[in-house]
Amino acid sequence: MVGEGILKGMAETARNFFGSFVSKDRLTTVQYPEEREPRIEAARDFPFLVYDGADWQQGMRCVACQICEKECPPKCIFIEKSKDKKPDANGKPQFYPAVFNIDISVCMSCQICVEVCPFDAIKMDVDYDLSTDDRFGGLLLNKQRLSKSNDYYRRIHPTEAAEVDARLAGERARQEAKAKAATEARLTATAVQPASGEPR
Amino acid sequence: MSTATLPTAHFDLEPMTGPSKEQLLELSMGPQHPSTHGVFRMKVVLDGERVVRLKPVFGYLHRNHEKIAESETYLGSMPYTDRLDYMCSITNNWAYALAVEKLAGIQVPERAEYLRVITGELTRLQNHACLIGFLMQDMGSSGTPLMYAFREREKILDLFEALTGARMMCNYMRFGGCRVDLPAGWLDQAKKVVADFPRFLDEYEQLLVSNEILMDRTQEVGVLSRELAVSAGISGPMARASGVDYDIRKVDRYSIYDRFTFRVPLGSHGDVYDRFMVRLLEMRESVGILLQAMRAVPAGPIVDPKMKIRGFRPRPGEAYGRIEAPKGELGFYLVSDGSPNPYRYRVRPPSLINLTVLEDLCVGRNVADIVAILGSIDIVLGEVDR
Repeated sequence: MVGEGILKGMAETARNFFGSFVSKDRLTTVQYPEEREPRIEAARDFPFLVYDGADWQQGMRCVACQICEKECPPKCIFIEKSKDKKPDANGKPQFYPAVFNIDISVCMSCQICVEVCPFDAIKMDVDYDLSTDDRFGGLLLNKQRLSKSNDYYRRIHPTEAAEVDARLAGERARQEAKAKAATEARLTATAVQPASGEPR
Repeated sequence: MSTATLPTAHFDLEPMTGPSKEQLLELSMGPQHPSTHGVFRMKVVLDGERVVRLKPVFGYLHRNHEKIAESETYLGSMPYTDRLDYMCSITNNWAYALAVEKLAGIQVPERAEYLRVITGELTRLQNHACLIGFLMQDMGSSGTPLMYAFREREKILDLFEALTGARMMCNYMRFGGCRVDLPAGWLDQAKKVVADFPRFLDEYEQLLVSNEILMDRTQEVGVLSRELAVSAGISGPMARASGVDYDIRKVDRYSIYDRFTFRVPLGSHGDVYDRFMVRLLEMRESVGILLQAMRAVPAGPIVDPKMKIRGFRPRPGEAYGRIEAPKGELGFYLVSDGSPNPYRYRVRPPSLINLTVLEDLCVGRNVADIVAILGSIDIVLGEVDR
């Protein structure tokens, strides 16, 4: 019959059209922005800086080692190291970034900065509603805008955050055990000493 | 006014009179055109509706990829390779990783090879689905069959997002393996997507295979002879549709492809219809490879434990790594001088090489056939222009 192939194609289209009223599989349109699908857990948009605790300046994990700045392929991270130090989560005094800017109009979300950071200080956010009409700096995010808490990180990437928390807690426990062993060794050394010297 | 004084004089399309003795019409198709698959321009000289000469003009998407790579580290170029053939970022990553691994003599662990094959074949599936959808779109079907193909493609892109974090710019391969391991439940989700795929292929075949309009517009159109395909260096599904039995997965047997049984579809006419049918059949073969691979993923590390991310300096030398990308033979030629940046970084883009025969395919056909022929070559301007 002439046109049989076209009719078979139309039957296919009809099946999809009427099927979309019946099966969710065939109705794939999401009425954005009224309806929004939940993000897939591993999704990445632009980087953000993680801070522990409540104070974003005190709890910031970044120590301004500038490794992310060097490894960033389009060179969109700008860091200036501080002159003084502040104590980190383990109590050790570390430098911190006086200036930490990311130009997200240049950033290509490649996530290499996250991969190379030795301190788990920079992670990928899922926020994409970042458009602005300020073309001369609206897309240059500074340290304060980039800082988000570890609780936020746990909300957006639960599996990743749990793994990072476990690893950091393990490192902290190892540091404390080492510090305790060192103080114990020092105490036993001083306890032994008076036997060889004058009694105190 | 003679053409010698026109600004386009160096394109040497001098006016001639055609067989119908009417003046010839020089038309510029593109660069802004909904069916040229990117910013691509064709200067066509027409005699009525028939094509007499055709000159492709590209370079509108040139982004200095090779020059940028000379000042980036090897790892820093990896996200840029995503953006070459922007539909198939994972296979671009793979070809580059293969070239660097050859250069530096890095071994890839088993599990990483399986992950590479699985993600690579998923990339091939979504690329061919895109292409077949665009075939119908370019023939004037106003988008509906295209959206059916994209509905399936979205499932695969969701898989990529769950694994790598991004739908298209995956940045997934690393030198010596893959960047990130499978999250919990990913393999089951992937198995479900792959199991559903043949049903979509059956539905699409019903749309395509005996559709009279499609057959009229694609059979015996844009015939590429076997001899021309071989002498022009055509690779990929376009060459196989002309009967050239050359699939790099079978020839080089790179990665672990020799462990999977799959057939290589060959066409006999070399026309547009054959090129699309070859891709449809290749999708079925890819589904077969995926089912075999996903059954047998071993445990283990996903990256060579000796590889560091920073401070990678391969010894001086050169290497050419190539894979069977969905579009053809994608190769990376790297020359290293021992520093962290490559001395020379060259991409062999299959889209560009396959495009060189466009004029031979289009001459003598109608204007309307140009769009179908260009669509069947399967170009992505990101790769043509780099």
